[in-house]
Amino acid sequence: MSFLKRSPWVFHYNASSCNGCDFELFAALMPRYDPERFGVINTGNPKHADILLITGSMNVRNVEVVRNLYNQMPSPKVVVAVGICATSACVFADAYNVLGGVDKVLPVDVYVLGCAVRPEAILDGILKAAEVLEEKHLALRAGKADKGEVPA
Amino acid sequence: MNPYDESVTGIVFRVIAYVLLAPLAGGLLAGLDRKVSAWMQGRVGPPVVQPFYDVAKLFSKEKIAVNRFQNFFVFLFFLFMIFTGSLFFAGASILIVVFVLVLASLFFVLAGFSVNSPYSHIGAERELIQMMAYDPAIIILAIGFYVVTGSFNVGSIYQASREGHLILYLPGVFAAYLYVLTIKFRKSPFDLSVSHHAHQEIVRGLTTEFSGPHLALIEMAHWYENILLLGLIYLFFAFNPLIGVGVSLLAYFAEVFVDNAFARVKWQVMFASTWVFTIMAGVSNLIIIHYVLRR
Amino acid sequence: MQALNIMVFLILFPLVLAVASLVVRQLSVRRIFAAPANALIAGGSILLLLMSGGEPVFFRVESSIVEHFIMAAEIGMGLLVTYLGLNSKRYFIVLLGAVMTAMTIVFEFIFPPAHAVHHLFIDRFSVIMALLIGILGTLIINYAVGYMAEYHEHHKEVKDRRRFFGFLMYLFLSSMFGLVFSNSLKWMFFFWEITTLCSFFLIGYRNDRESQDSAFRALWMNVLGGIAFSAGVAYLSLSTGIVDLDRMIHAGTPDVMIPAVLLAFAGLVKSAQMPFSTWLTGAMVAPTPVSALLHSSTMVKAGVYLLLKVSPVLNGSPAGICITSIGAITFLFTSFIAVSQSDSKRVLAYSTISTLALIVMCAGVGTANAAWSALLLIIFHAVAKSLLFLCVGVVDYKLDSRDIEDMDFLIVKMPKVAAMMNIGIAGMFLAPFGMVISKAVTLKALVDIHPLLGVALAFGGGAVTFFYTKWMGKTLMVTPAVENKEGAISVWEWVTLVGLAFLTIAVCISFPWISSGLVDPYIASVYGASPTLEKSTLILIVVIMTSLLVIFPIGVMYNSRRRDYRLVGPYLSGVNVDETSFAGAMGRTLHPDTRNYYLARWFGEPILLQGGLLCAGFFIIIMIGVVLL
Repeated sequence: MSFLKRSPWVFHYNASSCNGCDFELFAALMPRYDPERFGVINTGNPKHADILLITGSMNVRNVEVVRNLYNQMPSPKVVVAVGICATSACVFADAYNVLGGVDKVLPVDVYVLGCAVRPEAILDGILKAAEVLEEKHLALRAGKADKGEVPA
Repeated sequence: MNPYDESVTGIVFRVIAYVLLAPLAGGLLAGLDRKVSAWMQGRVGPPVVQPFYDVAKLFSKEKIAVNRFQNFFVFLFFLFMIFTGSLFFAGASILIVVFVLVLASLFFVLAGFSVNSPYSHIGAERELIQMMAYDPAIIILAIGFYVVTGSFNVGSIYQASREGHLILYLPGVFAAYLYVLTIKFRKSPFDLSVSHHAHQEIVRGLTTEFSGPHLALIEMAHWYENILLLGLIYLFFAFNPLIGVGVSLLAYFAEVFVDNAFARVKWQVMFASTWVFTIMAGVSNLIIIHYVLRR
Repeated sequence: MQALNIMVFLILFPLVLAVASLVVRQLSVRRIFAAPANALIAGGSILLLLMSGGEPVFFRVESSIVEHFIMAAEIGMGLLVTYLGLNSKRYFIVLLGAVMTAMTIVFEFIFPPAHAVHHLFIDRFSVIMALLIGILGTLIINYAVGYMAEYHEHHKEVKDRRRFFGFLMYLFLSSMFGLVFSNSLKWMFFFWEITTLCSFFLIGYRNDRESQDSAFRALWMNVLGGIAFSAGVAYLSLSTGIVDLDRMIHAGTPDVMIPAVLLAFAGLVKSAQMPFSTWLTGAMVAPTPVSALLHSSTMVKAGVYLLLKVSPVLNGSPAGICITSIGAITFLFTSFIAVSQSDSKRVLAYSTISTLALIVMCAGVGTANAAWSALLLIIFHAVAKSLLFLCVGVVDYKLDSRDIEDMDFLIVKMPKVAAMMNIGIAGMFLAPFGMVISKAVTLKALVDIHPLLGVALAFGGGAVTFFYTKWMGKTLMVTPAVENKEGAISVWEWVTLVGLAFLTIAVCISFPWISSGLVDPYIASVYGASPTLEKSTLILIVVIMTSLLVIFPIGVMYNSRRRDYRLVGPYLSGVNVDETSFAGAMGRTLHPDTRNYYLARWFGEPILLQGGLLCAGFFIIIMIGVVLL
């Protein structure tokens, strides 16, 4: 049964975003867009979450944090890069401390583009992530072991 | 076969009904809670069976833990919560029901303490303050039933309630119980230790370090507990089953309303107001009926 | 006849051991004989249980030597108290000692003395007390053998007076046995005063300023109680010619009211009820075995023992109401104060006083139900509390602190001790242990009189749950990075700790038999009928306890061997460095640390103590006044 698809719990982390995507993200999680009708709950805790929403690009300081958070999530889990900075660091890619998008550190499953991302797009991304979650769950059940941890 | 009688078959029937049906009812109530909250907030909200999806999803997640023993406490919490609910519906002594309820809640608190995490700890400490706040009201409830019906036994209280109108003798005790229900249902303004979704303050409080199957067990244990708590309301109105169930549901949705209307308060406010209200409403009720019934 | 022999043995044999302890110089010789001697005492108590029947039996001791010895000893004790007061320039004690001596002399020589008809007796209540004294007392003395060695390691500045210590402990055991077997109030007073003096010397063992202050406070309060006792006995013998306890209780004349109240006053002081609670909290400076033996399981129980004995006389009277009120006030205030205490011995002291207050409430109420629950409380509390004190003693020396805040991760640092400590704490307030059964029964007995008493139980009980659970939680914190410090605990201490832990569980499981075999017959003989718990409740308790006993070990072992968990760090906002630390500000690595709530502004000792002392003192004044006028 597709329970993972019906109850995707999200956890949001702001890596180094300008907060633009975060504003839109929180707007997407508010009653106006009502993601709860899909079962989406914003848990503040990686241990309770299925989907990790990351805004902002990776830099030297937040690499460890992102790894810690990802490792503390139980499988099956999905990473969504929200915004162009999380996808590829965009205009900040050449800065001295920026390592790039999220996929430099974690295996990203869904990219949601925009600057700042529209709430509708974020919701779309979350729902796509829920489908990916379901696939991963089936893969786990079938025995194809998922690497749950990203080593330091 | 009368499901309300005191014979062994009656007891077994009720216990099995509780063990099997309470999570269904509790989950549906939780779903209705979210639906009604959504309606109050002007949105659509999840389907009413969403809590079941959540619990089923949690059971299919990977098992992670901070230490190997935390989940044993959660398991004991779950087990004893079912046990105390079964005791209540079987008709045992209400004091034993309360004490085993304290034991179950204690395992939950100890689970929070056993993980070496600041959020969990603060959640556990706040849960303890909550327990200290609501404990007197629950014991006063038991005392109230005893003073009016002459028995601590839930079965006898139920029989007495079917014939008499307990609510007329114990309005203050009932009011005090409703006040602490806000704490027990973990609703704002008194949801200091474990908050649900959008009300976070100390991350997830007590349940911060629990995930997957054991978080599901905690959720289900809360469902069992809610049914037990609503059953206590029913005891006041057993003279008419429709009114009994109606008032229980009304109380539950009143709590949902209060949850949406109020923000969380500090523990000092919760603790002081609960004890003051318990004394003003509950203790005064007890003293009044003590003298009234003596005549 | 055989029961009498055992009783005399139990009184005299510890006396012999006391003298031996003082005289024999070699520590190793004393240690070799300690265990078998203690086993004899414990065996004697158990034999007494088996030898005695359900009905009370009275014995007469025709011996003028004993009578003269007791009289001389009483005068001697009065002089000793006076001397102690003079020596330390505490003139109130000099006054009390002088009054005590004078009273003894006056009532022995000037007025015609009354003689007891029966000096000794045995009934089920005495057997219960004898079992507690014999079994718990000897276990604690065994523990003390190992503990005192360590005590002197840690406190090199304290003079090694272990022979005197052993003398006092055995003298105390002897006098406690005498106390619970005495039917003659004169004899009981004699043993009562000996326990006061033993307590004084034991509290002052360390001989520093703080200990001496505490010891003298205990002395003046208990001597004051003793003077009341003596006055009560004198009044009784002068007005009615009775000196026997059983005759006093069955006399039925109003003349016995004043002596009963005076005896009750002595009992209240001995069991540290407010306003006399500060001697017990101060007595925590004594070495831990002293706290366990005197100040939780036996001596303070002598106070409530006396109160329960005279409670049929006080039943329903204004004095009885005062006693119940004092109990209720003490229970509420001490439970609340314990919330704000972080010194574990102080928490245990306040918890002891609050449990005793419950028993006092039952004694004041005076119904069969109340007395029944009071006896249960005595049994269950004595066992669990002594276990707790002894665990704290062990932890104190291994962790160099007896503060609860330093007991983090105890389950990892000292697994077995922490497990036993948790059994003790659970035994104090958790279902299915005995205290909870007793509290349920007490609640019923109290609410039958007036619901406000049950309300006091409700509020105090909430506070008890709070302060014990946060202690439990502290000890159950798990972390991978701490070393095990259990290695250096001596065999003496282990045997006692395990024995007491086993007893805590055993008295709960064997509750139906304790009730029917020991408690019910006593209540029936005094009140005519005996209450019992419903069969279903009894079965439930045994079922829950057994299931816990099975589930816990299996669960712990199973969980420690599981490999299907992936272990991760706690949630620390993602800045975990390893399992126990995180990257803090300025690039430092920090450890998260949490402290318990102590709610000092709400449950702080200064205000609550004052409030309690005043409220309880108010009722003492009323109690004495109502009776004297």
